[in-house]
Amino acid sequence: MVKGTVFQYGDNVDTDVIIPARYLNAPSPEELAKHCMEDIDPSYAASVKPGDIIVGGWNFGCGSSREHAPMAIQASGAACVIAASFARIFYRNAINIGFPILECPEAAAAIHSGDTVSVDFATGKIVDETTGETFQATGFPPFIEEIIRHGGLLKYLKARQDG
Amino acid sequence: MGMTMTQKILAAHAGLDSVRAGDLIEAKLDLVLGNDITTPVAITTFDQAGFTKIFDKDKIAIVLDHYTPCKDIKSAQLCDQARKFAKRFGITHLYDVGTVGIEHALLPEKGLTAPGELIIGADSHTCTYGALGAFSTGVGSTDMAAGMAMGENWFKVPSAIQVVLKGSLRPFVSGKDVILHLIGEIGVDGALYQSLEFTGEGVASLSMDDRFTIANMAIEAGAKNGIFPVDDKTIAYIEGRVNRPYTVYEADADAEYTRTVVIDLDQLEPTVSLPHLPSNTKTIGEAAGLPIQQAVIGSCTNGRISDLRAAAEVLKGKKVADGVRCIVIPATQAIYLEAIHEGLVDIFIEAGCAVSTPTCGPCLGGHMGVMCEGERAVTTTNRNFVGRMGHVKSEVVLASPAVAGCLADPRG
Ligand code: SF4
Repeated sequence: MVKGTVFQYGDNVDTDVIIPARYLNAPSPEELAKHCMEDIDPSYAASVKPGDIIVGGWNFGCGSSREHAPMAIQASGAACVIAASFARIFYRNAINIGFPILECPEAAAAIHSGDTVSVDFATGKIVDETTGETFQATGFPPFIEEIIRHGGLLKYLKARQDG
Repeated sequence: MGMTMTQKILAAHAGLDSVRAGDLIEAKLDLVLGNDITTPVAITTFDQAGFTKIFDKDKIAIVLDHYTPCKDIKSAQLCDQARKFAKRFGITHLYDVGTVGIEHALLPEKGLTAPGELIIGADSHTCTYGALGAFSTGVGSTDMAAGMAMGENWFKVPSAIQVVLKGSLRPFVSGKDVILHLIGEIGVDGALYQSLEFTGEGVASLSMDDRFTIANMAIEAGAKNGIFPVDDKTIAYIEGRVNRPYTVYEADADAEYTRTVVIDLDQLEPTVSLPHLPSNTKTIGEAAGLPIQQAVIGSCTNGRISDLRAAAEVLKGKKVADGVRCIVIPATQAIYLEAIHEGLVDIFIEAGCAVSTPTCGPCLGGHMGVMCEGERAVTTTNRNFVGRMGHVKSEVVLASPAVAGCLADPRG
C-alpha cells in the first residue's frame, strides 16, 4: 500500500522525455533520477517525494527499450506509475526490475496532478483521496506476480536455478 | 483455430504444439543482442544476481554502435565494461570500432539472423529481423541478462494485425513511405502488444532493404514485432550469409487477426512524419516548404546501400543548400566500403555532405550532429520525439532517403 501526491502527464509519454538519451551514459540510477522527466516537466526531479505517484495516459513509456526509463522513475522515489496503457517494452522492463505499474484507463482519465492517491498493490484498488473516487486496476497474472514477489526477473530466475 | 506466423515461431521455441494470443510462455532463444548503452546495465544486473555462466558464447551479440567511436569518458567506460564481459566469457560476436555497424543493419548482414529464429535484443528496433521471417523483439537490459544466463525468456503470445500490401511501389517511393503511412493510419499505439504481419502480393515487389525498413519501424506503431513471409528474395539474401539450418514458417489460412489493414502500394506518395510523433504523417506535397538546418541520412532504418544510392541519386551534381548541414552515415563498414566503390561517397562529399564512420550518433541525439534550440532536421531515422536529436526545442521530421536528399538541396 502506498500513498502520495500525483504528477499527471498526458498520452504517449515517451522514453526520450522520461530520461533523455544525453544522460544515458550516466553511471547510476541516482544520477539518472536527477534528469527524470526533464524534457516534459523540468521541476519533477526536484519536487518528487518518496511514495509519490506518476499518472499517464495511453501508451506510457513508448519508444526506446532503455531500462533506464523505469530505473530513473524508480530511483526518483516514485512508488508506481498508473496509466491508461503502457508501451510493451516499458511494461516488461518495469516488471523485470520489480517496479509496480498499474493499467487503469478510468483512473488515468480522472486523477489530476496534485491529488493525493493511495494504491493497494495486492488488490489493484486505487483511491483518489482528494476527490473520493475509487478505481480498480487490472491485476497481474500469477507468473508476473511471482517475478514481482521475488523483486525482479533475475532474482526469480536465480532462485529457480538454485532451487 | 490456426496460428499466425509469429505464434508458430513462439510455439516451436516453447516446445508446444500450439499457442493462443494471451498465453504466457517460456521460449528458447536463438540470439540475444545488446549495444553499448544496454549491455552494461545487463552485465551489472547479471553479476548482481550472481550468475557466473552464459548459455552460449556463439548466441550473444554485443554491438558497440551508439556512442562510438566513444564520444566521451563515460561512454568509453561503458564500452570497456562490455568488452571485458565479452572477453571473460569468450563471446564470439563482439563488434567494436573498425568492425562495428549499426546493430540492426549489421546482424542480418553477418548472417546472425535467419528465418524462423527467435531473437531478443536490448534495443527497441530489434524487430527489424522480422523482415527475414524471424520473430524478433526489443526487450530491456534485465531481459538481456536473463537471456544471456538462461537462453530463454518469458513472452506473452501476441495477437496480430494483418497488413495486406497490394500492387507495387512507384519510383521514389520506398519502404519508409509504406511504414510511415501505416503508422499514420493506425497510430503510435495502433498495434500495441500485437504483431504486424505483412502479406499480400505487394510483398514480392519490395526489396529486402524495404522490408528491413518496414519491420524496423513496427515498434513505432507499438507493435511487439513486425514479420514478413519468406520468399525467393529472402532466400537470396541469406544465401552465403546463414550457414545453419533454419525453418520457414507460414501463417495458417485460418489464423485469427484482430484487424486487417490494406495498403495499395501504387497509390502511396512520399510521406514524412512531422514533429513530434511518427504518426503525425503528411504527404510530401503537404509538408513542402519547411525550413531545415540539418539533414541526416543513415540509421538502422535507412542507412543501407539502397538508401545511400537513393540519396546520391538526388544529390548527384548538386550542392547542399546554404545553411543546411547534411550528414551521411553508412550503417555498416561493408555498406561504407560499397558506397566508396560505387562512387556514392564522392557524390556526397562533392555535394557538401559530411560522411561518417558507422554509428547511431545523431539518431538519438548522442553525438555527430546534435541540434541546438530552435533547429529542425529532416532525417531518415525512425523517431521524432521531443528532444530526440538534441535540444528539447529542436524538431525532427522523418522521411525517406530520397526525400531527405531532396530537402537538403531544395533547388533540385
Ligand atoms: S540508429 Fe537510432 S534507432 Fe537505430 S539502433 Fe541506433 S539509436 Fe537506435
